[in-house]
Amino acid sequence: MIHPIAFVILAAIAVAAALGMLLSRNAVHSALYLVLNFVTIAVFYLVLNAPFIAMVQITVYAGAIVVLFLFVIMLLGAERLRGQSDVRGGERFHQIAAIILSLGLIGTLAYLLLTGSAASSGTEAVATLDSSPQALGRTLFQSYVFPFEVTGILLLASIAGVVIFGHNRRRERGDNASGS
Amino acid sequence: MLPEVNVYWYVALSAVLFTIGTLGVLLRRNALILFMSVELMLNAANLLFVAFARFLGDLEGQVLVFFVITVAAAEVAVGLALVVAIFRTKHSTNIDEINLLKG
Repeated sequence: MIHPIAFVILAAIAVAAALGMLLSRNAVHSALYLVLNFVTIAVFYLVLNAPFIAMVQITVYAGAIVVLFLFVIMLLGAERLRGQSDVRGGERFHQIAAIILSLGLIGTLAYLLLTGSAASSGTEAVATLDSSPQALGRTLFQSYVFPFEVTGILLLASIAGVVIFGHNRRRERGDNASGS
Repeated sequence: MLPEVNVYWYVALSAVLFTIGTLGVLLRRNALILFMSVELMLNAANLLFVAFARFLGDLEGQVLVFFVITVAAAEVAVGLALVVAIFRTKHSTNIDEINLLKG
């Protein structure tokens, strides 16, 4: 089990990162605070005997989704809200906050890994729960086949929706008009 | 002696994160920050799923997290495509300025 002090430190980092996401005026800063929050929650997943979910969390959330956010923010050039300056102290404040929060996260993670808490070697019976990717896949394809198929259809629909929304019809028509 | 970490600690943390996400949806006017806050709320729910899977000794909570992550990824892709499409016409991501249906 995780030590209570380690839990409190990790929880404080997660809440501070969430508040930083909420309060910073620059959308890029918000996205980066969100990455910190996702990584902290991935550490919680490791402690909670869910290593595969932790890796999926880092690759899908901190990797794919936040990169998508950053792409859109920079594509639109919408990183600064109009007529509002950044939080008092500006970049300096964010630098100090980022250093403190990431040092806290790395320190706690190193402590958890060195003491073996992340491997969840508790004495109670539930600690022996098999949460390997094999066991997860077996549960997924034995009890949740139909939801799995529905998820596939959802992804297909979202791909079609993104292509339709992202298609710039006006520009295409303009090109044709200027060409003819 | 320090108390042992049980499931209620995780419930409290999840509640705090969910509340921050809700505040973000209610207070911020930037559509991108709105989506980030929704992601935060989904993450709070995921944390609760995994915590209960751990403390009840049941793997199905972890399986449900996969579905939540998939739906979140699809939602973000569609939502950001919508934001880009709106930005082309309105040149703004402020949701207060998206009022074309008002007549």
